[in-house]
Amino acid sequence: MNFNLTEEQQMLQDSAARFVGQDYSFERRQRDVQNDVGFDPELWRQFAELGWLSVPFAEENGGFGGDATDLFVLMEQLGKGLVATPYLASILLFGRCLEAGANPALKAELLERLIAGELQGALAYMERQSRHELFDIETKACREGDEFVISGEKALVMNALAADMFVVSVRTSGTATDKNGVSLLLVDAGAPGIELSSIQLMDGQKVANVTFRDVRVSADRLIGLENQGAAILEEVVEKAIPAICSEALGLMTHLTNTTIEYSKTRKQFGVAIGSFQVLQHRMVDMFTACEETRSLLYRVLCSAGEDDLLEHKKDLHALKVITGLRGKRVGNEAIQLHGGMGITDELDVGHYVKRLMVLHSVFGDADYHRQQLTRLSLQQ
Amino acid sequence: MDSSLSSDDLKFREEVRSFFRTAEPEAAQQLINNPRTYKQGAVQWQKQLFEKGWIAPFWPAQYGGAGWTVTQSYIYETERVKANAPDVVPFGLKMVGPVIYTYGNEEQKARFLPGILSSDDWWCQGYSEPGAGSDLASLTTRAVSDGEEYVVNGSKIWTTYAQYADWIFCLVRTDASGKPQQGISFLLIDMKTPGITVSPIPSINGVHSLNEVHFENVRVPKANRIGEEGQGWTYAKSLLAHERTVIARVADSKKRLNTLRQIASRELQGGKPIIEDASFQHRFTNIEVELMALEYMELRVLAAMARNESPGAESSLLKIKGTEIQQALHELTIELAGIYGGVVLDDGEPGSSVGHDFGDGARKDFMYGRASTIFGGSNEIQKNIIAKRVLGL
Repeated sequence: MNFNLTEEQQMLQDSAARFVGQDYSFERRQRDVQNDVGFDPELWRQFAELGWLSVPFAEENGGFGGDATDLFVLMEQLGKGLVATPYLASILLFGRCLEAGANPALKAELLERLIAGELQGALAYMERQSRHELFDIETKACREGDEFVISGEKALVMNALAADMFVVSVRTSGTATDKNGVSLLLVDAGAPGIELSSIQLMDGQKVANVTFRDVRVSADRLIGLENQGAAILEEVVEKAIPAICSEALGLMTHLTNTTIEYSKTRKQFGVAIGSFQVLQHRMVDMFTACEETRSLLYRVLCSAGEDDLLEHKKDLHALKVITGLRGKRVGNEAIQLHGGMGITDELDVGHYVKRLMVLHSVFGDADYHRQQLTRLSLQQ
Repeated sequence: MDSSLSSDDLKFREEVRSFFRTAEPEAAQQLINNPRTYKQGAVQWQKQLFEKGWIAPFWPAQYGGAGWTVTQSYIYETERVKANAPDVVPFGLKMVGPVIYTYGNEEQKARFLPGILSSDDWWCQGYSEPGAGSDLASLTTRAVSDGEEYVVNGSKIWTTYAQYADWIFCLVRTDASGKPQQGISFLLIDMKTPGITVSPIPSINGVHSLNEVHFENVRVPKANRIGEEGQGWTYAKSLLAHERTVIARVADSKKRLNTLRQIASRELQGGKPIIEDASFQHRFTNIEVELMALEYMELRVLAAMARNESPGAESSLLKIKGTEIQQALHELTIELAGIYGGVVLDDGEPGSSVGHDFGDGARKDFMYGRASTIFGGSNEIQKNIIAKRVLGL
C-alpha cells in the first residue's frame, strides 16, 4: 500500500506547480482565451519543451511512458492554474486514438510531430442527439473502393479551430446506438467538404460544429479496424476520465483555498467572516468534497494498474459521479461565500466554476455515470 | 500508487481467514446480539482472541500486543467483518489500555493491563457529564485531595455498559482555578467503591446500554491516578484521534451495503423487486460512491499512520463521513422493511418480532445509529476541529 509519488512524479508536479505559480497569472489566462484558437500557441511550444506533451505516450512511440498517476500530477496543477490548453483534445483524445489504432508508419510520423508541438489534433466524437452516449452515431461513412465517404455533423469538437487533423467517429454499419459498426477515420482538417462553425464554451475554449459533406478519405486512414472502432474510442475516453477529474480536483482545490483566504480577510460586523461558525462549516464541507474526490481519484489510479477491469470501470463511474456532484457544490459555495464579488467577471472564481461546469458535461455527467454504476453493481 | 498487499500481508490474511474459519465466531455473535447474554458473548469471544494472542494487536509487544502493522490491523478488520465476527469492547482494550501503558507507572501497568487483556475486568468510560457534552473540558466532577486519597463527587453520563463494569476511567476536576482544560486528572475507579450508584438510561432502540453514574464521597487512592495531577486532558486527548479512525467502520458499511442489495432483490413492490426501483437505485448508488471514497480516505490515513504520521484532523473527516454513511444505510434498510418499519422496539431476542428477519435489527440500528453522529465528539465538533486545525480559521 503506497500513495506516495515517485521521484519522477514529484519532479513533474514541482515543474507544473512552478509554471502555474510563476508563469501563468489569471490575467494571462484571460488574454490567452481571447486568441483565435482559444489558447496561446506559444504556451503549447513551452509545453513541448517541458516534455509535457509526451507524458501519456509509450516510450517506443517516443513518449515519456507515463501512467495514470503521472497524468494526475500534471493535470491537477493545470487545473489549479486554470490553464487554457488543448491538452485534453490534442494529446489525450486525438493522440491516444492514433497511438491505439493508427498504422505503424502514420503513428510514428504523427506522434513525433504531436509530441514536438508541431501538430494539433481533435477527436470529433459527439453529435447533436448523442448526449453522453459515445456510440449514438449518425455520421455515416460509406466505402467506395479504397476510400470512405463521410457525411454528417459532429458537435462541439474541442480544439477544432486549431486542429490540423481530426479523428472522426463514424457509422460504417449497424444502426443508431450499436457498438458494432463504429469506425474511426483520420481526416485532414483542410479536406474538401469540411465546414466549421465556431462556438465558444463558457470556459473560454473555442470549439466547433464540424460538417462533413461527402468528404473522401483513404481507407488506410482507418484508426483500428473497420466497424471495430468503438473499443478504441471507449478506451481513450476511459483513460481521459481520470485526467479531467484530476484537473477538476485542481480547480476545486483552488476554489476552496481561495475562499478560505478570502474569509480570513473580508470583514463584516467588525470581524473576519471566517470567524463565523456557519461559514466555517461550509468551508469544511468544501474541503471534505475535495478530499472525497481525491480519495476516489487515488482509488482509480490504483485500480488502473490492476487486472480487474470490472472494478476499474466501477471506480471510474464513481469518480465521475463524485467529481460532478462535489465540483458543483464547491463551485456554488465558492461563489456564495465570496458574496457579490463572487458573481463578477473580474474575479477568477466564476471562471474556475465555469471550467468545472464544462468538465462536468464532458464524457457523461454525474447522473449518467450513476446509472452506469448502478447497472454494474445492481443489475449484473 | 498502488493499494495492493505485499506477499507477507497476503500470508497474514490467509492466517486471519483460517483463524475465523475455525474460531466459530457465530456462536459468540449470537449471544452478543441478545441483550440478555451480551456480556457473556463478548467475554467469551475476547477470551478466544486472547488465547490466539490477537486480543490487543495494536498494543506494543512488551505489553502483550501482537505488534501488528497498520496494514495488518486493516486486513484483520476487513476479514473480521466478512466472517461476521464480533468487534472487541473498546473501553479497556482501545481506550484505557493505551493510556495506562503510555502514561501509567510500572505498578499500574502490572496491576491493570493483565485484566484488560484477559477480559476479566470490564471497563467503562467516565468522560461526559450532564453539564459537559461537546464542551467536555467544562466537566465538574470534583476530586478533592484528602491525604493519600481523593474524595470524588459528581455524575458521569452516557456511560455505556456501566452496569457490567468492574472499573471506570474518569476525567475529574482536581483544580478549578485555571483554564478548563487545566486542572483535570485521569482516575481509575473501582466500581465496587462505596458511594457509586449506577442508574440505567433506556435508549430509543429499546435497549439498556447507557447509564448515569453518580459519585457521592467516593474515596479513590491517589495510586489510581494516571500520570501527573492536572494533566488528564492531555492524556485523554492523545487517544481521541485513534477512536475516530475506528468509528469510520468502512468494512462494516461495505457489508451492510451488500446485505441491502440482497434484501432489495428479495423484497417486492408491485410484484417487482425493489432493486429495480429507480429511486432505490439512486439512493443506493449514492451511498456506494461515498463509501468507495471513504474506503480510500481511510487507506490514506492508514498509510500516513504507517509512516508514523499522526492521523490528526484527518480522522475527524473519517468520523464525519463514516457516520453519515452508516446513517444513510440504516435509513435505507429500515425503509426496506416497509410497513414493518414502525413496529415497536424492545430488548427481546433479535429476529423474534413480526415482519422480516432483518426488521428488528434494522429498527434498532436505525434508532441507536442516530448516536453515531453525536458520540466520539459530535460531527459539528469535528467540523470545528477541521476548521481550526486544517483550514486555519
